[in-house]
Amino acid sequence: MSPVSAPVYGLILAGGLSSRMHRDKAALLYQGRTQLDRAFDLATGHVDRVFVSVRAGQADEPTRSDKPLIVDLPGLGTAEGPIAGIRSAMAAYPDVAWLVIACDLPFLSDAALEQLMRERDPSVLATAFRSAHDGLPEPLCAIWEPKAAAALSEYQSGGGHCPRKFLRRYPASLIVPHDRRALDNINTPEEYTEAQLELESHVGAKSMQLKIQYFALMREQAGRSDETLETSAATPADLFEELTARYGFTLSREQLKVAVNTEFSDWSRRLIPGDAVVFIPPVAGG
Amino acid sequence: MRFRFTESAIDAAAARRELLDHGAGGYVSFEGWVRDHNEGQEVTRLEYEAFQALALKEGNRILTEAVQRFPIKHAACVHRVGSLDLTDMAVWVGVSSAHRGEAFDACRFIIDEVKHRVPIWKKEHYRSGDSGWVNCERCAAEPRLTYGPGHDQDHVHGLGASLDRPGVHQPLKPLVLPGSE
Repeated sequence: MSPVSAPVYGLILAGGLSSRMHRDKAALLYQGRTQLDRAFDLATGHVDRVFVSVRAGQADEPTRSDKPLIVDLPGLGTAEGPIAGIRSAMAAYPDVAWLVIACDLPFLSDAALEQLMRERDPSVLATAFRSAHDGLPEPLCAIWEPKAAAALSEYQSGGGHCPRKFLRRYPASLIVPHDRRALDNINTPEEYTEAQLELESHVGAKSMQLKIQYFALMREQAGRSDETLETSAATPADLFEELTARYGFTLSREQLKVAVNTEFSDWSRRLIPGDAVVFIPPVAGG
Repeated sequence: MRFRFTESAIDAAAARRELLDHGAGGYVSFEGWVRDHNEGQEVTRLEYEAFQALALKEGNRILTEAVQRFPIKHAACVHRVGSLDLTDMAVWVGVSSAHRGEAFDACRFIIDEVKHRVPIWKKEHYRSGDSGWVNCERCAAEPRLTYGPGHDQDHVHGLGASLDRPGVHQPLKPLVLPGSE
């Protein structure tokens, strides 16, 4: 990030109509917490301040009322459109960039937000993930720069209302998410049930501390030689997947070996607290 | 018999003395040197890095295997780590034995196995200013690539050797060693 780039605030979009879900998406529960709470807390780890974007009339609604709110201003787009929420936030704080997050992304991860913040390009209007499914920009998990305000206004004056089309037409930086599941959104009751089951199954997984050492290419890509990590990864294979989502390792698991406690190990070995793990890229001694 | 690392120049003469034995009729050594080219690129220097805790175990396992497999007296290997210039010695392997045949065979076996099994990595720095980890950077673009016969043996690790028992890698080609056992 260049020193002149604007500070980033978080904006959780919770003003949607949830029409296909037939109930308020923001209030959906995962692991006993509302989706809005989860998204809010996630964003808090990456930016200084976080707001919730709501429509007029939602401000007293209990899921939202305990959080700092930005209420849609009239005349900034159709009530159900996310652009209204983004423009209202830009109007309230014109000099900051917005980490905009939809509140229907139950799999959104710290790793994904960390990547987005790290790869932010303040020279364009927005930095967004390119969907792993259709290659299209994902405007609702993206960083919107202050100067996008004027362009959004222009876009809406021309009859535009879709933020995804906006990002395809205006200069934006699109990045490939390392964590491919992070952007899976849920729209129907069936998808909600599936996501809930999947996330609940991780609740029981015990978290533990592991020591990871990095060498050669892995060290350069992780940006460190070692770390102690709190993780619920049960096996070296799980751990590698977790760390690839975080660091974007270019080598696949098939190309690596793994060592646990300074001995070669199976990828499916059950890890225990305190284990020291090393991923071994293709060797080249001699 | 031992495998070890050094951060300074390898003293081959000193390493050789450890192999002396009244029953040895000869000694074969291999020195790996830093050369100025690789795969069409002009190389200016190399950096070696090792996961030493495991590399020492694996290196010594190879030496033990060599002694079990060939009727030799002693075997040793020294590998350099750190930054190396052209013509520097990166690795030294020495074997002493009663007769020359098995010393040659064992020496070849040891250097081949070290290159394939011991967690040591080599970063090449090129004339162009570019650099790259050998066997890591190009393969990354094509992770499913499989290697046929005749491919650079250095790539053997990328072959999905993890299908084998952990830590036990088959040599790329079966060693044909008439009369060695």
